[in-house]
Amino acid sequence: MLSDWFYIGVFLLVSLFLPAAAITIAAFLSPKRPNPIKNATYECGMETVGEARVQFKVQYYVFGLIFLVFDIETVFLFPFAVAYQQVSLFGVLEAVLFILILLGGLAYAWRKGALEWV
Amino acid sequence: MTFLDFLKDPVVFLTQWFNGLLAGWGLAPGAVQAIGVIAGSFILATGAMLFVVLLIWIERKIIGRIQDRLGPNRIGPWGILQSIPDMIKIFTKEHITPSGADKIPFNVAPVLAVGAVLMVWAVIPFSVTFFGVDLNVGLLFVVAVGSLGEMAIVLAGWGSNNKYALLGAFRAVGQMISYSVPMILAMIVPVLMAGSMSLVQIVQQQDVWFILVSPVAAFILFVSSIAEVGRSPFDLVEAESELVAGFNVEYSGLKFGMFYVGEFLHAFTVALLFAALFLGGWRGPGAEEIPVLGFIYFFIKTGIVYFASVLIRGSLPRFRIDQMMDLNWKLLTPVSLLVLIVTAVAYKLIAGLPTVIWVLIMLALNAVIFWLVGKYLELYDSQRIRREVGRRDRPIAKTKKVEAQSESGAGL
Repeated sequence: MLSDWFYIGVFLLVSLFLPAAAITIAAFLSPKRPNPIKNATYECGMETVGEARVQFKVQYYVFGLIFLVFDIETVFLFPFAVAYQQVSLFGVLEAVLFILILLGGLAYAWRKGALEWV
Repeated sequence: MTFLDFLKDPVVFLTQWFNGLLAGWGLAPGAVQAIGVIAGSFILATGAMLFVVLLIWIERKIIGRIQDRLGPNRIGPWGILQSIPDMIKIFTKEHITPSGADKIPFNVAPVLAVGAVLMVWAVIPFSVTFFGVDLNVGLLFVVAVGSLGEMAIVLAGWGSNNKYALLGAFRAVGQMISYSVPMILAMIVPVLMAGSMSLVQIVQQQDVWFILVSPVAAFILFVSSIAEVGRSPFDLVEAESELVAGFNVEYSGLKFGMFYVGEFLHAFTVALLFAALFLGGWRGPGAEEIPVLGFIYFFIKTGIVYFASVLIRGSLPRFRIDQMMDLNWKLLTPVSLLVLIVTAVAYKLIAGLPTVIWVLIMLALNAVIFWLVGKYLELYDSQRIRREVGRRDRPIAKTKKVEAQSESGAGL
């Protein structure tokens, strides 16, 4: 078990190391001749107006909130799915009830117009 | 005899030879194992990165044929080496850092974009003996690590100090988090059937391919994984007519290339996952005895899935953002929950029956769900409000010829 996670840890480091190494090598190989025009923010040749970190649509935030609910739901559903073979029919129905409550939540959000992109 | 063993299973053969060699030098068993793990992960990750060179060629060739072009055809046979000069070129391009950029996120993002995809390869079983590690929470690991890719895009968009990049990043995150919901829900169906989250176990449990048991879940996984990668028709992230190139506008040189590599690798990785979860992974006739055959089967299955996704990429136009969100929240998410409920209840009731019968019952249930979805779509389409923008008889370029055409009913 420990060896499994040791492998995962090594693999994580390796998979971050390889692209980082490639970029570092490329940074040495490539020319470096910066000038103010070249480093300016690219907006199709126009002068940049104001801050680049602009306000964003509130809809993204609403969808983020709905996503959070469903993401936590899946965290609860994974253990159920793993234990499914040992669970009796009653237990399965309990899980179905859990899913139905969430479907109700989705229906509520839908009804309230949270899913409309305006 | 040993050569035949090598052909049957080169991975185990080489591993044993390598371990034997190290042990022969008088290293402790623990050290031998550690060196083996480090070398193995380096080989797997490097292999995955180099595989992208081939993937880019395959994709360019297919897209070229779809668009009635030849595609790359100059370097090497059928242009197969085309990506290598491209790679050399991109290696020697200047790395431009825009003046207002936030240095740390700007530089971390391309590394994370590739790293997040590469990490998934640690748990995919390529054949009966060839896999990184048999993790008991493999699928959860895939989901968790996969969402690091979104992080890379946010970092890139925020760090670039560019409005286009920031808007692209917001779109990307909105799309990816939304589509990960039906993707994960569809992934739960194979977990349910196999009773394990380990990908090795899931593949071993597939005496019947899970696509036969739950074609609707397979379809949802396929669609949402295309959206997760962010390719056409879901390429709102880099909608070039609106956002120039999306979150990677300010990148150049290999840093830009890394996003490209990450995207291609991600597209192939989700095909690998689809093949492992629904198409039986490496399973096929003779794959247990001769692991190389399993490896070949797995790549053929993955190739079919990947080809289908490239075909879709080459033929469908881009969604609008509200259509994209509607497709996810009003269709895929409820349907995937429905499939989950139906599968969980039905499989519990019919698990004792002979294999052929319960598979047929599951197929019939899926057909019913499919029919219901069709009815729902008809209803949805009939209730949709169609707004007309502008007048049809607007006076632009009204020459005699056009008038004659519109009168004859050309639908102007």
